[in-house]
Amino acid sequence: MAQFTLPKNSKIRKGTHFKAEGGNIRQFHIYRWDPDSGETPRVDIYDVDLDRCGPMVLDAIIKIKNEIDPTLTFRRSCREGICGSCSMNIAGTNTLACTMKIADVKGAIKIYPLPHMAVVKDLVPDMTHFYAQYASIQPWLKTSSVAPPDKERLQSKDDRAKLDGLYECILCACCSTSCPSYWWNSDRYLGPAILLQAYRWLADSRDEAAGERLDELKDPFRLYRCHTIMNCTSACPKGLNPAKAIAEIKKLVVAREGA
Amino acid sequence: MSLRTPLGKAIGLGSAQSGAHHWWMQRVTAVALIPLALWFVWSLMSLLGADQATVQAWISQPLNAAMLMALVIAMFYHAQLGLQVVIEDYVHTGWLEISLQILVKFAAIIGALICTFAIVSVF
Repeated sequence: MAQFTLPKNSKIRKGTHFKAEGGNIRQFHIYRWDPDSGETPRVDIYDVDLDRCGPMVLDAIIKIKNEIDPTLTFRRSCREGICGSCSMNIAGTNTLACTMKIADVKGAIKIYPLPHMAVVKDLVPDMTHFYAQYASIQPWLKTSSVAPPDKERLQSKDDRAKLDGLYECILCACCSTSCPSYWWNSDRYLGPAILLQAYRWLADSRDEAAGERLDELKDPFRLYRCHTIMNCTSACPKGLNPAKAIAEIKKLVVAREGA
Repeated sequence: MSLRTPLGKAIGLGSAQSGAHHWWMQRVTAVALIPLALWFVWSLMSLLGADQATVQAWISQPLNAAMLMALVIAMFYHAQLGLQVVIEDYVHTGWLEISLQILVKFAAIIGALICTFAIVSVF
């Protein structure tokens, strides 16, 4: 059966409360797990003075790491929503810490790693399988025609517009890890992020491997585990619509076969 | 511990190259069930309080018998398609999954046959 209860080593304990004095204190409840400690995960509570902190959740956790607890581990890079590193579960929603405003959350802010991924440490999930699934759809331009010798492969403005809403995906995995189907069957189901990327190449007028790509996608698990739950679309911090991209792939498969 | 590459794991046994027919038939049966179910409820309402002879006479009309049979077949087909997916989603113990899949298919076929024979016997 799919496992609905937490295994023993995932039961979460109460951790340390790092208290602070000040006028504008906000509590951050953050999931902590150190693989070397041999202990079960815990939730540490950090008091952060918002008068001395930037406006985003990422500003707060960087402040915590710099000033309160240097052992707190998380990924971050660009701090402007383009690298996809700081995806985590904040106040119950998968999103990017760098584009999530502290002011948009009421009360204590609970921060956990992306759901249903193996945890490497603290807020760092293991993305190995996710990236391997991305590699499996061969996300590059595939053509039989020889490239023009003196210029790039051309694309009309209309055809280029078909990639809008697809090319912006930064592979942060907020959508895939919000999808129950991906939770239960990620070993075989590609998940919304990878399927949106797959559609990005199917929709590219310069690509000549649509048939081959559809052959690879047409599978009860890879594609058809999508049950249009739509968590992906409501989670996407870039405002994209993976559910629609998946529906477009399903339509292409039917268009190819006929009813 | 496995030393298999992540890409090898992700590709697994490759694409089954199927699933489209299942997906399409689930939608076709769903569309068929909308008018069939509405017609069935409307028919039951109009037969409220009728005696057995009236109901038997109603089923004996070819259109009613055909509609009833279409309803029964579409319903069991649709239910079987749906339950198959539920089991695939949640049951990951090999022997249990296979057993449930076979059980659901048998139950759907037997259920559909019992209903059709009942309709035919009245007809």
